Amino acid sequence: MSAVTQDTAVSTGRATRAFLYLILILFALFYLLPLYVMGVNSLKPLPEITGGNMMALPSTWTLDPWRSAWSTAQIGVEPTGLKPYFLNSILMVVPAVAISTIVGALNGYVLTKWRFRYDTWVFGLMLFSCFIPFQIVLIPMAVVLGKLGLAGSVPGLILVHVVYGIGFTTLYFRNYYASFPTELIRAAQIDGAGFFRIFWRILLPVSGPIAVVSVIWQFTNIWNDFLFGVSFGGTSQPMTVALNNLVQSSTGVKEYNVHFAGAILAALPTLFVYIVAGRYFVRGLMAGSVKG
Amino acid sequence: MAPTEADFRTKLQDWLPKLVLAPSFAVTLLFVYGFILFTVVLSFTGSKMLPKYDWVGFENYQKLFALPAWNTAIINIAIFATLYIVICTLIGLMLAIFLDQKIRGEGVLRPIYLYPMALSFIVTGTAWKWFLDPGIGLEKIMHLWGWESFSFTWIKDGEMALYTIVIAAVWQTSGFVMAMFLAGLRGIDNEILKAAQIDGASNWQLYRRIVIPLLRPAFLSAFVILSHLAIKSYDLVIALTGGGPGRATEMPATFMYSYTFTRNQMGIGASSAVIMLMTIAAIMVPYLYAELKEKKV
Repeated sequence: MSAVTQDTAVSTGRATRAFLYLILILFALFYLLPLYVMGVNSLKPLPEITGGNMMALPSTWTLDPWRSAWSTAQIGVEPTGLKPYFLNSILMVVPAVAISTIVGALNGYVLTKWRFRYDTWVFGLMLFSCFIPFQIVLIPMAVVLGKLGLAGSVPGLILVHVVYGIGFTTLYFRNYYASFPTELIRAAQIDGAGFFRIFWRILLPVSGPIAVVSVIWQFTNIWNDFLFGVSFGGTSQPMTVALNNLVQSSTGVKEYNVHFAGAILAALPTLFVYIVAGRYFVRGLMAGSVKG
Repeated sequence: MAPTEADFRTKLQDWLPKLVLAPSFAVTLLFVYGFILFTVVLSFTGSKMLPKYDWVGFENYQKLFALPAWNTAIINIAIFATLYIVICTLIGLMLAIFLDQKIRGEGVLRPIYLYPMALSFIVTGTAWKWFLDPGIGLEKIMHLWGWESFSFTWIKDGEMALYTIVIAAVWQTSGFVMAMFLAGLRGIDNEILKAAQIDGASNWQLYRRIVIPLLRPAFLSAFVILSHLAIKSYDLVIALTGGGPGRATEMPATFMYSYTFTRNQMGIGASSAVIMLMTIAAIMVPYLYAELKEKKV
């Protein structure tokens, strides 16, 4: 998305402009509301939520809900807090993102610079895999992971996320490399450079922006995934599944402040990425709607 | 003539690109298309807890469409998807058009509209679940602020709970739709707009007759992305209502999961997954086909 405001031809009166700002600000408040609610209430003792106003700032500020969410809250049957699940998510996300991005880069390179018959079909089949409802692969995946001995493990989740992630990463790199002049590749070939040398020396150095898009997209998607985590996580459940277990737990008092702290913990990594690299995040989203 | 080493190397160079692509393609064929086939086969078997291969024909599909839970899921997804797509599109379009009026602070507003897209649906669900809870959330806030008669119990109400999912889902994705429309608006040639204005078109006419028709591709992308998100919606329902109260917010995705993994009706679960896939394919395949054909030139 272009950040440049263009010279719009529409002229508007003063009252209209005031109205525009009003609506735009109201919507900004609407989008910020849940973040405010989570933030404020994660810093209150529980009685201030159950006996007070959710919109009010804490009268006693406390970090206890955060400590509890991180290290002592009851998740399922164990009072471990979210910490081990946060680590599971990290262990799952890092390799899955790295592998799917590298594979996507190579695929995109082949599909644009080493074209062959029916390559669009090959790409189309890979692309469609991004959009299937994953319910259609849950049962066979459970069977296969069981047979491979990867059920309920972090490597199993990595495999799943790589398999269903390469469609998108391939799409990104393919669309990006498509605009890179093929003549340069041919010239390098004539000079005797081979397949990998061309990739390494010519394409990779210019791949920075799209690699960032791909990494951010994959990171966000895999971190936020719930369906695969809950289906195949077993004892290595990711953060989203643990958060859901914490919030839905039916035993004991509902510690809303701890739930909110946990929700922010689960949101922090992707929120952080969005804040430092939002531009690339948006580019990834837009390219995800195929029109690149 | 015996092949020399040089020949071999050229051959290898010819094959290398395909060799590099082959694992991904093989994995896709197996894990996507092979698995789809496997699920389709299962949907014609009497599998319960584990896959079995006794052919039962269309029995699962007949059972599926006779199940009240599935019919609830179908009605719910129809209502949810319609409202979600329409409201997201309207809000997205409105915000994009407003933001495109040389708004000061656009750089601050845009990221605020979009950040929910970076969050997990489980986080969104948690936040809205408690905010909409009558005991501690919105209703109580209004009471404390002095509006004693205010009542908002949708999330506990079987008739209305579905609409709370619409609220949370719209909150999460409408900013993204705004970004799609904004990109479309920024791509429109200003000269066209100026010419229309010289011809005496009012702002309203300008948007209705010229700008909105020019945004057709953005409408199409938004529709495809939103309908695809709607049909897949699982996490948000689980986090927000858990499919309840009762079965009031059952969706095809939650139905599939519970029938397959908790009720041990794998055959029926598989058939519901097949229906979901066919619905998405009916939308995605023509779209992707058109996109790829366009780019092939």
